[in-house]
Amino acid sequence: MENLPWFLLLIPFASAAIIQLGLKRNAMASSLLSTASVFITLIIAFLLLGKDSASSLTWIEAGNFKLEIGYQLDQLATGMMIVVTGIGFLVHVFSLGYMNDDEAKARYFGCLSLFMFSMTGIVLASNFAMMFIFWELVGLSSYLLIGHWYQKDSAADAAKKAFLVNRIGDFGFMIGILMLWGITGTIVFADMDGASLGTVCSCLAGTAILLVFCGAVGKSAQLPLHVWLPDAMEGPTPVSALIHAATMVAAGVYMMARLYISVGADMIPTWSADTIAWVGGITSLAAALMATQQSDIKKILAYSTLSQLGYMVMAVGLVEPDTGMFHLYTHAWFKALLFLGSACVIFACHHEQNIWKMGGLLKKMPLTGGTFAAGYAALIAVPYVTAGFYSKEEILTAAHGSPLFWVAAFVAFLTTFYMTRLFVVAFLGKSRSENADHAKEVGPIMFVPLIVLAALAIAAGFKPVAELLNAQDPRVEGREHPPIALIVSIVSLVLGLAAGFILYKGKTSDPLSIPLFRNKFYLDEIYQKLVTIFQDAVAAIVHFFDEFIIGGLLVGGATRSAQGVGNIFRNFAQNGKLSGYAYLMGLGAVLVIYFTVFAN
Amino acid sequence: MPFDSLPTPSLNEYLMISGLLFAIGLAGVIIRRNIIVIFMCLEMMLAAASLTLVAFSRFNTVDGLPDYDGQMLVFFVITVAAAEVAVGLAIIVSLYRARQTIHTDELTTLKG
Repeated sequence: MENLPWFLLLIPFASAAIIQLGLKRNAMASSLLSTASVFITLIIAFLLLGKDSASSLTWIEAGNFKLEIGYQLDQLATGMMIVVTGIGFLVHVFSLGYMNDDEAKARYFGCLSLFMFSMTGIVLASNFAMMFIFWELVGLSSYLLIGHWYQKDSAADAAKKAFLVNRIGDFGFMIGILMLWGITGTIVFADMDGASLGTVCSCLAGTAILLVFCGAVGKSAQLPLHVWLPDAMEGPTPVSALIHAATMVAAGVYMMARLYISVGADMIPTWSADTIAWVGGITSLAAALMATQQSDIKKILAYSTLSQLGYMVMAVGLVEPDTGMFHLYTHAWFKALLFLGSACVIFACHHEQNIWKMGGLLKKMPLTGGTFAAGYAALIAVPYVTAGFYSKEEILTAAHGSPLFWVAAFVAFLTTFYMTRLFVVAFLGKSRSENADHAKEVGPIMFVPLIVLAALAIAAGFKPVAELLNAQDPRVEGREHPPIALIVSIVSLVLGLAAGFILYKGKTSDPLSIPLFRNKFYLDEIYQKLVTIFQDAVAAIVHFFDEFIIGGLLVGGATRSAQGVGNIFRNFAQNGKLSGYAYLMGLGAVLVIYFTVFAN
Repeated sequence: MPFDSLPTPSLNEYLMISGLLFAIGLAGVIIRRNIIVIFMCLEMMLAAASLTLVAFSRFNTVDGLPDYDGQMLVFFVITVAAAEVAVGLAIIVSLYRARQTIHTDELTTLKG
């Protein structure tokens, strides 16, 4: 029992290693091994529910300096572990069907196992150093999986982009870890003393927190580093469901919650918490606006994920990590469901992703459509019967009294609007292309995970279920919910539904055209320009240094001065006159005699 | 004896003469342009060296007798110088055949 958590790490790792080293040629065996490994980890995760323990191995020791590899189990970790392994298992099962005909199935499942290993590592980590290592490992597996179809240039570019953008955030994360280490004297979560944060200047403590938050900005795709997530949709759709919707992108929120719990939420300087909240709020607003004008079904869901991650980060910034984690937990189920549902749709429509070329899919694929509707209902927070409602309610409650409340309310309206648009256009009405016309319901291996997820998308918010799955639940005794939160969420739901239905019912093309939103506020183009300008400037400076300072002054200067001195002597001494040579020889002889005989 | 009244020259006077000869020879080598004159000046420098050897030999007495080693060496110098003159003149002749001149101003191949 004591060693059980280690198996959470070892089993996916063993699976990844075996597939990589031995089973690459045997696609079937690899996929089954990978699925079996994640099934076992799921069982272990269930066995560990409610456990509270910690253990560690010393990895590096030098004097007072000590790095450990260890696990720390508490409600936060076990609850998150259920989400990770649960969705991981369902996605593995789904992938058995979805990736059946893929040429590189073994590599795909090997990478999934690697991802499961890295993600469990983040969840279990007992200190920041270990978390950072696994943090980078999830980045690597995300890179590998986004670039799974690396033959496509767009996929290879998206993978590279994800990696590079994440590196920017991770650099800040590393500096933040080192600063926290300096302030608190430890990187072990359990030993972190929040009081030491109070002993230094709040600007220093706040900067450390914000730098750690940089890691979350990169991984959880917050503004301004959100640009990689929509591009990451180039990967296989089950990967988008697992990594880029439910688990890895939520790791930033998990990490912040872990930090808050370790140092104590009261010790976080107000200004840095406010910054975090506003980053989350603005991200959720901007992403929701972008989502309203996308026509790729996966892109809409990607922006929706960004927007919901913004909600979670906002909750964290409002110093309510429990609320953020609760939304993470409910969101994980229904967003994984929506992504897997879109995967079924894409699969059935022969890799058509444009919603304007779908339509009428609810009749053709009743199971997919029905479960998708459940996810849709959860995302737009239909009151009382869906999980999304409960967590969104908590976020609105947390934001109550701050301008962010109205941002969150407006985002709720936008969410309802763009999801209604997606559902109406893709699932209702008539088929608008041959592919959609010929769509058929997917096989049981793909719809069974959908049904499980749909059940959770509805039920995960209910108190007994949340308790059973050990989720962080902010709904404790005595927490007051302002009535305005409920009113606002119902009003925004009704308005969003009405606007979506009226605008998009029976349309064959988008009646609204807002290029600013469709082009994502031109942020990609701006970054492109900025990077080019910055890079050109650096290149020009380096070139100047190389060409003129090193080449011209140091190397060229040495040769030129040698040449110049040589020229002087050549003109003056080597003149071709015999008498001159004789004179110099005589002078030389005289000097030699003078120095040997007289100069002593 | 008409020369009896002359004083016997000392070593210093020999050395002065020899140094003077050497300096005149060196100046000739440096200043003159005619290669044959330069050659003669060179011979003069050799003669100056030989004179020094003889003078030292005369004034360096061992057991009351002059040390003749220096004078022996002078014979060798004269012999070798004779051979050198033969070689040197041959070079000058062939130089003249090649360039039709013996003036050093016109021989500037070594100019860098």
